[in-house]
Amino acid sequence: MSEIKIKIENLYKIFGSRPREYTDIVRDGVDKDELLSKYNHVLGLDNISLDIKEHSIQVVMGLSGSGKSTLIRHINRLIEPTEGTVTVDGEDITKLNKMDLLEFRRNKTGMVFQRFALFPHQNILDNVQFGLSIKNLDKSDSIERAMYWIEKVGLTGFENKFPNQLSGGMQQRVGLARALATDPDILLMDEAFSALDPLIRTDMQDQLLDLQKNLNKTIMFITHDLDEALKLGDRIAILNGGKLVQDGNAEEILLKPADQYVANFVKDVNRIKVLKIKTILDQGGERANSNPTVNVNDSIENCLPAILESQSGLNVIDEKNNFVGSVSKNKIIDILQKSKD
Amino acid sequence: MNFTEFFISFPEMSKESLRLFKKSLDGAYRNFSREYGDTIEAVFDPVLYFLVWFEKILQNSPWPIVIIVFLLLIYYGSRSIALTISSLIAFLLIGYFGMWDDTMSTVSIIGVCTLMSIGLGIPIGILMSGSDRARAAITPILDIMQTMPSFVYLIPVVMLLGIGKIPGLLAVIIYAIPPIIRLTDLGIREVNKEVLEAADAFGANRTQKLFRVQLPLALPTIFAGINQTIMMALAMVVIASMIGVKGLGQPVLKAITNQYFTMGLLNGLAIVALAIIFDRVSQSFGKRMQQYRAGANE
Repeated sequence: MSEIKIKIENLYKIFGSRPREYTDIVRDGVDKDELLSKYNHVLGLDNISLDIKEHSIQVVMGLSGSGKSTLIRHINRLIEPTEGTVTVDGEDITKLNKMDLLEFRRNKTGMVFQRFALFPHQNILDNVQFGLSIKNLDKSDSIERAMYWIEKVGLTGFENKFPNQLSGGMQQRVGLARALATDPDILLMDEAFSALDPLIRTDMQDQLLDLQKNLNKTIMFITHDLDEALKLGDRIAILNGGKLVQDGNAEEILLKPADQYVANFVKDVNRIKVLKIKTILDQGGERANSNPTVNVNDSIENCLPAILESQSGLNVIDEKNNFVGSVSKNKIIDILQKSKD
Repeated sequence: MNFTEFFISFPEMSKESLRLFKKSLDGAYRNFSREYGDTIEAVFDPVLYFLVWFEKILQNSPWPIVIIVFLLLIYYGSRSIALTISSLIAFLLIGYFGMWDDTMSTVSIIGVCTLMSIGLGIPIGILMSGSDRARAAITPILDIMQTMPSFVYLIPVVMLLGIGKIPGLLAVIIYAIPPIIRLTDLGIREVNKEVLEAADAFGANRTQKLFRVQLPLALPTIFAGINQTIMMALAMVVIASMIGVKGLGQPVLKAITNQYFTMGLLNGLAIVALAIIFDRVSQSFGKRMQQYRAGANE
């Protein structure tokens, strides 16, 4: 198991003129609506604790106003917490002084924004270089690194253009390159693909997963789109009204929703498309030669043709072609039936 | 005093105490200016030397060279052949009608006033944009500077520094500096919050944010302020001439007192020509600085 990179503990955020006075009553169970109507303070985050593993993609999902954008801004302290701690690599960043916080932001985190937030007066090269130039790195070195990332996101030839000369998808790729150029351990993506149209969004998701294979960053990804969450997230945390309602992998969220809110969220999802063979696998057993063989990472949907041909079930192998177990036909039919209602 | 009289005539201060009040204020200021006038004048000496030096250069250099330098600057600023040619015609006419030296004096004082307004105004504007308290303190002062009739603040300036170039310069700057302060403040405050947040997220400190993000993005607005400042400085030329500032204002003043219609008209037109040239050049220079905004159609 990999190490925990970011540890969020008992984090509270209350917006208003005297937030500290209200943490106690929030602890006693006053909720977002009541705090607003009775005390005129806005509850941003309500006792959030979350561990994010190194090299994983942690998705944080929720409707607007659920506190997800507030949460991501606590990781690089663009928003100060009212109470609680955020620990990165064992260091409590809520205690950093001004200079150390700047250094932390310069070296440890990169951020991608929903509406891109590129610098309109700088060309693409200078935009991508921004983080490097803030660190006062050697000019030619930082140009080289920026060009490397411009190439990685497929924008070679555009380095002298200005942001408004590029399409939305291209602008967000600049945003991604800008965040990656300083080679941070942590990538914070605040609804990074929400403003893009569906085709380009899928494209960007694939590109992110592709980059992540080699980069192994710790990524916190905010979204309100469940399909996106299921596609990208190693783990998915769901926020509602500033509270963390569930944190789990795609299968846990889909098959064991923690409450009605999560259940409503996932009810329209095409389960067989999202669920992978490994989640319904019966480990061990014997290989049945009459049955077709599928990969453990395939989705159930992709295995449907194999199921139709099979006698009693499927043989399952892992990436290295080792036999790991089997799935019975009845089990799949069971899941298919469940996903209908 | 009975009840109805109280409502009919305002219960004013007695004549005697009002006279005393004025007298003591005047006396105090007179003492102050006697005591410190020379010192304050000495503070402004470097500015005076610079102003005189600049005026001498413009007046003593051969006029064709001055015109060529001006035209080069105009073309560099505006990139417009039409404006450059019209300016050439305007300069030739100004010279032909015998207003060359006065025009050079006016250009020099406007130039120095604009430079000083920029040098003082932009830092003040930055200060205002960074703190609501500073803004609340400075805004009413700017309101006073813009609305107080210029003659009123000319009185203490003349009492303090006498008649001449420096009091004129001060009068012009007091009147012309507010737009650049206000628009610097406005331009910086208008910078997109998301872009600023991005700068924060990458660990930019205050200075880096100011010079790499806020000022460059505010520059077009700041330039609109510089343009306004130049225009307002030109509008003060005639009033400044009343306290001994040489230039196109003095013949206008003479024309008013003696009812010389043509003299007033010619010098007035020369001021208009300068204003149009300054305005067009600074506007198109400002526009070119925000080319990135219009780049989408390329």
